[in-house]
Amino acid sequence: MLGNLWLIPILCLAGAAANLALGMLRANKRLVSIVGVGSVGLATVTTFIALSEYLGQARDVIRETYFTWIAAGEFVVDASFQLDQLSAIMISFVTFVGFLIHVYSIGYMHGETDRGYARYFAYLNLFMFSMLVLVLGSNLPVLFIGWEGVGLCSYLLIGYYYEQEYCATAGKKAFIVNRIGDFGFLLAIFAAFAAFGTSEFLGLREAVAVDPGGVRAAATVIGLLLFVGAIGKSAQLPLYVWLPDAMAGPTPVSALIHAATMVTAGVYMVARTNFFYQASPAAMLTVAVVGGLTAVFAATIGLAQNDIKKVLAYSTVSQLGYMFLGAGVGAFIAAIFHVVTHAFFKACLFLGSGSVIHACGGEQDMRKMGGLRKHMPITYWTFVVATLAIAGIPLFAGFVSKDEILAKVFAAGAVDLNHFGSLYTLLWVLAVAGAFMTAFYMFRAVYMTFHGEFRGGHEAEHHLHESPPSMTLPLIILGALSVVGGILIGFPGQLFHRPELNRIEHFLHPVMAPLAAAHGEVANAGQAAHGVSLPTEWVLVITSVLVAVAGWMVARNFYVGDQAFAPARRLAERFPFVHKLLLNKYWVDELYDAVVVRPFFGLARFSWKVVDVVIIDTVFVNGSAFAVELTGDFLRFLQTGNVRNYALSVALGILVLAVVLW
Amino acid sequence: MLDTSLLSLVTLLPAAGALVLAVLPARPAALHRWLALALSLVVFILSLAVWFRFDPDLPSFQLQEQLSWIPQYGISYHIGVDGISLLLVLLTTLLIPVVILASWSSIDAHVKGFHISLLLLTTGMIGAFVALDLFLFYVFWELMLIPMYFIIGVWGGPRRIYAAVKFVLFTMVGSLLMLVAILYLAWYHQLSTGAWSYDYLALAATAPRIALAGLWSPQALLFLAFGLAFAIKVPMFPFHTWLPDAHVEAPTGGSIILAGVLLKLGTYGFLRFNRTLFPAAWDFFVPLIVVLAVIGILYGALVAMVQPDIKKLVAYSSVSHLGYVMLGLAAGTVASTQGAILQMVNHGLSTGALFLLVGVVYERRHTRMIADYGGIAGIVPAYTGLFLLVTLSSIGLPGLNGFVGEFLILAGSWKVFPVAVVFAGLGIIVGAVYMLWMFQRVFWNPLVHDENRTLTDVNLRELLALAPLVVLIVWIGVHPTTFLSPMEAAVRSLLG
Repeated sequence: MLGNLWLIPILCLAGAAANLALGMLRANKRLVSIVGVGSVGLATVTTFIALSEYLGQARDVIRETYFTWIAAGEFVVDASFQLDQLSAIMISFVTFVGFLIHVYSIGYMHGETDRGYARYFAYLNLFMFSMLVLVLGSNLPVLFIGWEGVGLCSYLLIGYYYEQEYCATAGKKAFIVNRIGDFGFLLAIFAAFAAFGTSEFLGLREAVAVDPGGVRAAATVIGLLLFVGAIGKSAQLPLYVWLPDAMAGPTPVSALIHAATMVTAGVYMVARTNFFYQASPAAMLTVAVVGGLTAVFAATIGLAQNDIKKVLAYSTVSQLGYMFLGAGVGAFIAAIFHVVTHAFFKACLFLGSGSVIHACGGEQDMRKMGGLRKHMPITYWTFVVATLAIAGIPLFAGFVSKDEILAKVFAAGAVDLNHFGSLYTLLWVLAVAGAFMTAFYMFRAVYMTFHGEFRGGHEAEHHLHESPPSMTLPLIILGALSVVGGILIGFPGQLFHRPELNRIEHFLHPVMAPLAAAHGEVANAGQAAHGVSLPTEWVLVITSVLVAVAGWMVARNFYVGDQAFAPARRLAERFPFVHKLLLNKYWVDELYDAVVVRPFFGLARFSWKVVDVVIIDTVFVNGSAFAVELTGDFLRFLQTGNVRNYALSVALGILVLAVVLW
Repeated sequence: MLDTSLLSLVTLLPAAGALVLAVLPARPAALHRWLALALSLVVFILSLAVWFRFDPDLPSFQLQEQLSWIPQYGISYHIGVDGISLLLVLLTTLLIPVVILASWSSIDAHVKGFHISLLLLTTGMIGAFVALDLFLFYVFWELMLIPMYFIIGVWGGPRRIYAAVKFVLFTMVGSLLMLVAILYLAWYHQLSTGAWSYDYLALAATAPRIALAGLWSPQALLFLAFGLAFAIKVPMFPFHTWLPDAHVEAPTGGSIILAGVLLKLGTYGFLRFNRTLFPAAWDFFVPLIVVLAVIGILYGALVAMVQPDIKKLVAYSSVSHLGYVMLGLAAGTVASTQGAILQMVNHGLSTGALFLLVGVVYERRHTRMIADYGGIAGIVPAYTGLFLLVTLSSIGLPGLNGFVGEFLILAGSWKVFPVAVVFAGLGIIVGAVYMLWMFQRVFWNPLVHDENRTLTDVNLRELLALAPLVVLIVWIGVHPTTFLSPMEAAVRSLLG
């Protein structure tokens, strides 16, 4: 397969095209499922064949150029893909998790019309194509093709139920907010071209590595602009507002696009261009600060949400924040590690919530659920293990990756990374607080949904049922990965004097390697981690475990047993303002509406009604026409047709002329 | 004949066809439609022959033809194409059959007159692109005006007379000053060489010598005389207010021509005449052009956002899109100029397709108000898909044509005018806002108007009209080098 990497995304594109055609022909769902799931299945198989070939040979980077995409002046952009350790990891979990979610969709979407079903799978296939282009692209513009492509599919799938206005609006909002990020991304591409004359990742890395100190200014500008793009796509402060609304899309879409893959594209991009951040302490610190603040901010909102998908959405924003926090201390590998484990457990949680919503007839409010574990044991148990994973209970997938990030952030503070040590320490404290909240809101969701008695009424209770195998099978696989996925690919061997067990650390090292060791100043927390002793590392592990368990126990105390909900209510009554603040998500949407959206539309109306209609058209255009008319009217008096008047004029003229000449 | 006069054939065949239609009886109307369509296809095929005969490695004008016309004043029938005009000629010849198909059923009065006007207009447009004699250029330039005046004024909407008169007056104001400037150039040529000449290549040698010393010096005034004519045509802010009126009142076919080709004559004029003939004044005025271009980008996008009429929205979006083109030309790097030229073609394709698509529902529902639609995606799925594709092309989704043009313009301008690029980049955000908001209100949201339940999807004729545009939208997006490489030599030589 090496040499023909294009086959992997093209298979998905072919699936999308075929399903579009099938939709037009109103083909039945069976055929659409075969095409939709089959194409991604083939792409997955192809991916793993390519990976085995890749691992069986010696080269680090396989770069394939297919044709020259754009060539004008000094701008030459190849249509080319690049398989290295980073893209290898990305394509493997993207195709695998994507395939599972395609399978799950067969069951989840079975109630749609034939046409809607085909449209759904066409978009989902197109998404897979775009996502694969995104991670395989060997330069910034090709990455950008995938970047915009996934955004388009996200837009189309959020707006899948387009006749509901809130879905249509949410889709549009997602696209537009992302465009703000894309604006930064595009400028970054221009700046990279201008500074280094290339947009190829390999070329850029080389150019930066030659003299990281010398290109610091350019690296800072490019790094920050790229990060603006990442903030949009990966829903960080202050552009996270589209992601909670994006839950209007079908739940498998939330799992695939808005949890497991697309939203992590920003993290991928930062990891892919890690050399810019390594060369720029300021850009790196920005990444860490934005990530850390978002992680905590979103977690606080998650505490008070009652819509199960909203809890998961804010949780995703928060977890993405952790990934950026990791990247922001130079722990790019830990960030990518968390991308992968997060894909497992968050996809599992979303698909689990979809299973719940499916059973509850579309209900998403956890206050109207409860006691579901009796009715849907598979969904329950998979949801629980995924919750254990995200909460950071030892050995589950999320624990290993999140702990690595926390440890590296602490280390960055301890070794005073880039002289920002105290800031990094502060971020570590915030991140630990966030971990507590994560454990709390996730177990809160578990208890509200699955424990206690069903609160949705008798009618609804009759319909409760476990989902079909097409839905539970992906749940079981993802649940299993939520348990063992972390230790399999990234066992924290360093804690046991066996660092070689941390496979992902070794595997990704060539892509994320520190620039030049000669430049001592250059930030790299991969080395910073060695700045803390082994006992300290163990203390950190124990701390985060205690924090997670504490969050879990508080949730249990609040939402289980005879007194369920009472402590939470009392707390809300004692701090009504805080409760309202969290419940209403800090009124950020309302704030943006008042400060950005409304003035913007006001300016637009002013431009149209005042500048265009009154000033330009009335004053200048019609004004000059009126002036011509007036002049004409005035001149008309001179043309009386009366010969004596003309004679008088001539006489006066001669007189004036004579006087002047004299 | 085909060997030596290919370009003349492409240019003049439509006018000859117009004469043939003129002597034929007005009925049956179908005769005129079919004849005009056949003729336009022949012209398109001939223009493809021009494309294949063109040597992309040569920067010079090719397929030149020169016949003496008024030798005493150095006026000749001199035409030729370089890589820049070649693309615009092809865009024109491609759009004419599209327009005829788009007008097939919507134009049902004075069918004969419509097609005569259209064919005369075609000769005017192609002639203006290939003319290498400024007098000849002016003749073609004015030739375009009259048929367009009729197309708007006869086959237009309720306020068509107002719009047609506004269109003519705006254009005349600019072009009269340009005529004076052309005469001055010929006179100056006579002054410096002893012989009158209106020849572009001859004037390109003498005109740059005209003195430039501040705003009131001859070269600056000449620049402004040409520049005003072209700025109105583009249209650049603040000379744009004729455009929304003209578009709203023009029939679908008229709008496609107007947006697709006529506006390009403005941007083309800046590149071909202002930049080449008055290089010093060009440098002097570039900051002004950049500022007006960026204002146009943002202002056009802002005003487009709040339009209740789809056609008006698209018209204002043209102001925004052509702002990008002007920015690319003003920056004057190879990449930004190539991007600007490609973007002229892109805008012709995408906006042409948008007007065509608006015409499709207008023909069925007789309204272009956004509020009269909503939720029709399920009723007309093929139409929705096509509209979406063109929308995405218009907002510059990579993989489609609009991205390549905008990317090259902005990337190429970055080194020269970084601040302008940042502001122009904001236009990309607003572009997504107005297009997607319109798309949402027309195709998504609840279906509230029952009249829309019986809308029929695109028919075969409409599909045929759209097909070449859609194919090129994707083609240019995926493989733009097909169109970038033939113009590179010409652009490099033009930029010097």
